[in-house]
Amino acid sequence: MKETTATEKLSQVLDTIPKLLLDHAKKRADRPANRLKDLGIWQTWTWSEVADEVRNLACGLSKIGFQRGDKLAVIGDNRPRLYWSMVAAQALGGIPVPLYQDSVAEEMVYVLENADVKYAVVQNQEQTDKLLEIKDRLPNLKHICYEEPRGMRDYTQDFIHYYKDIQKTGRDYHNENPDYFLQEIGKGQGSDISIFLYTSGTTGKPKGVVLTSDNLIITARNSIEFDNLTSEEEVLAYLPMAWVGDNIFSLAQAYVIGFCVNCPENPETVMTDLKEIGPTYYFAPPAIYETVLTKVMIRMEDASKIKRSMFKYFMDLAKSVGIRILDGKPVSFKERILYSIGQFLVYGPLKNNLGLSRTRLAYTAGEAIGPEIFEFFRSLGINIKQLYGQTEASVFICAQPDGQVKADTVGTAYPGVELRLADNNEVFYRSPGVFHSYYKNPESTAETKDAEGWVATGDAGFFDEDGHLKIIDRAKDVGRMSDGTMFAPKYIENKLKFFPFIKEAVAFGDEKEFTTAFICIDIEAVGNWAERKNLAYSGYTDLSARAEVYDLLQECVETVNADLARDEKLSGSQIKRFLLLHKELDADDGELTRTRKVRRRIVAEKYAVLISALDDPQQTHCEIDSQMTFEDGRTGMVHADLQIRESALAESQVHTLAA
Amino acid sequence: MSVDHISLSFGGVKALKDISFGIREKEVFAIIGPNGAGKTSMLNVINGFYHPQEGEITYKGVHRKQMKSHDAAVHGIARTFQNVALFKGMSTLDNIMTGRIIHMKRNLFWQAIYLGPARKEEMANREYVEDIIDFLEIQAIRRTPVGRLPYGLQKRVELGRALAMEPDLLLLDEPMAGMNIEEKQDMCRFVLDVNDQYGTTIALIEHDMSVVMDISDKVVVLDYGEKLAEGTPDEIRGNQTVIDAYLGVTTAN
Repeated sequence: MKETTATEKLSQVLDTIPKLLLDHAKKRADRPANRLKDLGIWQTWTWSEVADEVRNLACGLSKIGFQRGDKLAVIGDNRPRLYWSMVAAQALGGIPVPLYQDSVAEEMVYVLENADVKYAVVQNQEQTDKLLEIKDRLPNLKHICYEEPRGMRDYTQDFIHYYKDIQKTGRDYHNENPDYFLQEIGKGQGSDISIFLYTSGTTGKPKGVVLTSDNLIITARNSIEFDNLTSEEEVLAYLPMAWVGDNIFSLAQAYVIGFCVNCPENPETVMTDLKEIGPTYYFAPPAIYETVLTKVMIRMEDASKIKRSMFKYFMDLAKSVGIRILDGKPVSFKERILYSIGQFLVYGPLKNNLGLSRTRLAYTAGEAIGPEIFEFFRSLGINIKQLYGQTEASVFICAQPDGQVKADTVGTAYPGVELRLADNNEVFYRSPGVFHSYYKNPESTAETKDAEGWVATGDAGFFDEDGHLKIIDRAKDVGRMSDGTMFAPKYIENKLKFFPFIKEAVAFGDEKEFTTAFICIDIEAVGNWAERKNLAYSGYTDLSARAEVYDLLQECVETVNADLARDEKLSGSQIKRFLLLHKELDADDGELTRTRKVRRRIVAEKYAVLISALDDPQQTHCEIDSQMTFEDGRTGMVHADLQIRESALAESQVHTLAA
Repeated sequence: MSVDHISLSFGGVKALKDISFGIREKEVFAIIGPNGAGKTSMLNVINGFYHPQEGEITYKGVHRKQMKSHDAAVHGIARTFQNVALFKGMSTLDNIMTGRIIHMKRNLFWQAIYLGPARKEEMANREYVEDIIDFLEIQAIRRTPVGRLPYGLQKRVELGRALAMEPDLLLLDEPMAGMNIEEKQDMCRFVLDVNDQYGTTIALIEHDMSVVMDISDKVVVLDYGEKLAEGTPDEIRGNQTVIDAYLGVTTAN
């Protein structure tokens, strides 16, 4: 180490988030950095104000004993002050550990204990109470600092501090030691641990993913280049702070390029806040886009006839024209004229109402998104793209480049990311964002990341003809049919579930000659359809046994088959025989998890009779008695005689398409 | 405040007979009793809607034969109603703003031109209302017409409007009637928070005994216009007359 002063070092490399903050405070001091709606009015903090706030907090924290390497838990909704506390901890060489704000106290114990958390910055009384409830079991937890004073008047314990009081002592401390803050920041470097993010832990205990500054900042730089993000972007931070995506979108990217992060008033006001802010860059999981689409469609049903037909005409137009415009493909002059009329009459007002008028770039990830939802937003001119990522990769593994967007792939390898497929089609990647380790868990680290830095995702996928990655299922669920064709149940089920008539589907095919499926109809959608067809029915079981309904669903299945046929690798796994279940799969009967995921093994055991009937080409129907739990907890037996349908298989079309 | 020897009758019906009790500052005071016991009548007497034939009300040290409604409002008594009484077509924000009218001094002329002092006044009052909205956690429905809200939220808006008057004494007529358990818990928390944060004295009528016993400092029991008992929740719970008349045998078990 040569002798360089702290400030000189700062100007050399901006390799930590606090250094970036100081840089913005100098270069774009008066540009907005954060906004929060308070008492109905948007309050703005500029970059220089944010730098002061962070400095005061950091100095205040060090005054109550915060040292390099200490862990600081952050619990609450998206608030500027909570983001600042993360940066303050990093400035002091500490490590922020954001937690999911809606977890109950019990769930927090493990994470707080595992991460050796010493300090906590929390939003309000509710979160403080949770920590007090479990404090006896957390000998390491020394100080709690709350942001909202409401209801906190009677909390006189000396380890509980008000955020602004901490900042006040911090300001005094800074006045006495003006160099302290800069020196502390100067000690930081890119290879330092930047954050712990706990994975939600669907299997077993949550694991603390350790990410370094380099992970976050290099990934953020790559993504900014990839999508041409500028310092003029506006984002709304509304997804949990404990989630890796929020740390990239609302923290790392914002600090690297210097755009403004807006925080909603409270979780219920997100939709109105979205409308007021009009973000230019937006992230949402598929479920949110789906809710928005449903809401629009329902409200259009109630609109007057003229408006309805106008909406229908222009939306049909947008489906062909809007998407082509977005992808930069040729569009005729007449189509352009019509589209701009539509823009004036329908698309513009609609986007404005959804808060998406300025949205240049939108992302979705996490789950497969239905093609019609995807199309709807793209036809409106919103550049919605899919990405594939995970916490261990600092989000980005794959993303769709502009102009090459498809509903059923997750795009090509991200800048700086190397991809590799294993023999069982499991996806492996290596990138600058690859995590440091799992905290205090070397076995899991070794299982996931090999010596050369390749990380196993646990997901199976393959590349399509354009080199786009298609994720089909969890690697452990992917099987082989008896002729060796790859069988990815979730991929098939998702395709089925994109039809509004289908609520749940379970496909079977592993080690079998052909694929079969159970389908649960969506009682609302099919019921609605039946009403319009004047089809009387007495209930779920009756409706799903109707020949007309079978015909309807057979069409859906055959469409999926045609879709599968287009894929060389999956063409052999088309659904040959299916039946409509006489009852909905239900978490109360143990068939689904509480988050509505199918428990494949239990369903297979419970309905073994049905599966063997499906497998036997001779059988055309099958009787079954099954137990079901009613909403009040009583159980009853349901008897049904289920028909089995054969569906037509589509010819493989791979060659014609490729030509 | 205190009420002394209040009697109220409508023609031949004696609604209240010789009732006396005192409400101390900053306490949560509950009035309970079976249907037709005269609970709502008692509240109406306190805020001056009914005028008792006999008795005296002492409020903030001033003795009066009867309260007048507008007097009550000016002197810091606010109330909510058993059946929600909001302006259904107006937004949550506007409804709560109506609670501030009593604090707005500018006349119609000033308000119409909306300049200078009137505007400043409006802004100060709006800030107070926003505080209440924040306090009751109803930001998401700020601009929603009240008629479109579910019942539990309407009750909350009504409480907000009463709070907007900056009352010293808040009268709540069955604030939790028709609510589910979760809404009740929320409401309880708000009532206690109001009492704690704004230092407001609260008198409430409630049928849910667990709520009454949990949140009130003092309880008075009425039956057929007569006072059966008065005391802390524990005393009331053990009082045999009250058990016979109202609480019933389950408590006696």
